[in-house]
Amino acid sequence: MSNEEVLAFETDCHLFQDCGFPAPSVWSFLFEPIFTVGPIEFNKIMLLALLGTALILTFFWAAFANPKVVPGKLQMVAEAGYDFVRRGVAREIMGKKGEPFVPLLVSLFFFVWVMNIWAVIPFAQFPVTSAIAFPAVLAAVVWVTYMTVTFRTNGFVGGIRNLCVPSGLPKPIYVILTPIEFFSNVILRPFTLTVRLFANMFAGHLLLLLFITATWYMLGTLGGTLYAIPAFVFALILTGFELFIQALQAYVFVVLTANYLSQALEEAH
Amino acid sequence: MSAAFETLAAASGIKGSLNTIGFGLAAIGPGIGVGIVFGNGVQAMARQPEAAGLIRTNMLLGFAVIEALALMGFVLAFANP
Repeated sequence: MSNEEVLAFETDCHLFQDCGFPAPSVWSFLFEPIFTVGPIEFNKIMLLALLGTALILTFFWAAFANPKVVPGKLQMVAEAGYDFVRRGVAREIMGKKGEPFVPLLVSLFFFVWVMNIWAVIPFAQFPVTSAIAFPAVLAAVVWVTYMTVTFRTNGFVGGIRNLCVPSGLPKPIYVILTPIEFFSNVILRPFTLTVRLFANMFAGHLLLLLFITATWYMLGTLGGTLYAIPAFVFALILTGFELFIQALQAYVFVVLTANYLSQALEEAH
Repeated sequence: MSAAFETLAAASGIKGSLNTIGFGLAAIGPGIGVGIVFGNGVQAMARQPEAAGLIRTNMLLGFAVIEALALMGFVLAFANP
C-alpha cells in the first residue's frame, strides 16, 4: 500500500495541514483478506455476499416454510415482494409464458437488491455488486438461460434465426443486419448487463466515499467546518439517491432478463 | 491525436488522467438521450394515464440501454490511467 492509497480517515489528514486531499479511487475497492484457504482469499466482499445470501434464505424460509391461507405479517411482506416481480415484470413483459421463469426472476431481483443495499448499511458500507465478478456471474447465468431457451423452443436453425435474423424486412438489409444482430444479441447483451450493474454500484460507492471523506477532511478548523457541513448534507442526500438507484438497478436487471427471455420464447416466422 | 491533447493539457497545467475528460464527453450524448426518454415517457403517461404501467416499464428499459453508454465511458475513465 503506497502513501497515496489511504483514505482521509486513515491518515487523520485535515484541511490546511498541507497534506493534500487523499481522494478515493480504484484501490478503495480492494480489501485485505480476512483469512486465506489455499489459493482463495476470504475478504470483506465475500463475507458480505455470504451474509446477504443467508439473509435472503432465512427471510424467505421463515415466510414460506409453512404458508397459511390467511398470511401472517412476514408472509405478507414476502408475498408482496414475490408478487411485485411476478405481476410487474414477468406478466407485464412475458405474459402467461413467463410463469416458469418467475422463480429465477424473483431470486435474481432479491439477490441483486440485497447485494446493492449493502452499500448503505452501517459497518458494511460496500456494495458487493461493485466487484465486477458478481454481476459477471449473474449475467452469465442469464446468458446461459436465454440461450438454452432459444434453442429449446426453436430448434437449432430456428434458434439461430431467432438470434440473428429478425423477420419482415427487405432482403438486402439482412446483409448488414445479421452480423449486427448476432453481435448485439450474443456478445453485447451479457456485457452490457454486467457493466450496467457494476458501473452503477461502482460510481455510487465512489460518490458516497468522496463526499464522506471530504467531510472528514474539511473538519477541524472553523472555516473548514463551514465547508464540511454542505458536503455532509450532500452525502446524506446521495445516500437517499443511492437507495433509489439500488432498487432501480435490481429492477432493470430483472426487466432486461425478462425481455431477453421473452424474445427467446418468440416463435420463428 | 491523444498526444496533441496531452501536450495541450501539459502546457495549460492540467494534471491527472485525461480519461476523466473522455468520460465527460461520453456523458453528453446519453444525457440528451435520457432527457428525451423521460420527457416523452412523462408526456405519454399524461396523454394515456391508463397505460402508465406499460409505459414506465418500457421507459426504464430505454433508459437502461442509453445509460449503458455513459457507464462504459465511466468504466473506461479508470481503465488506462
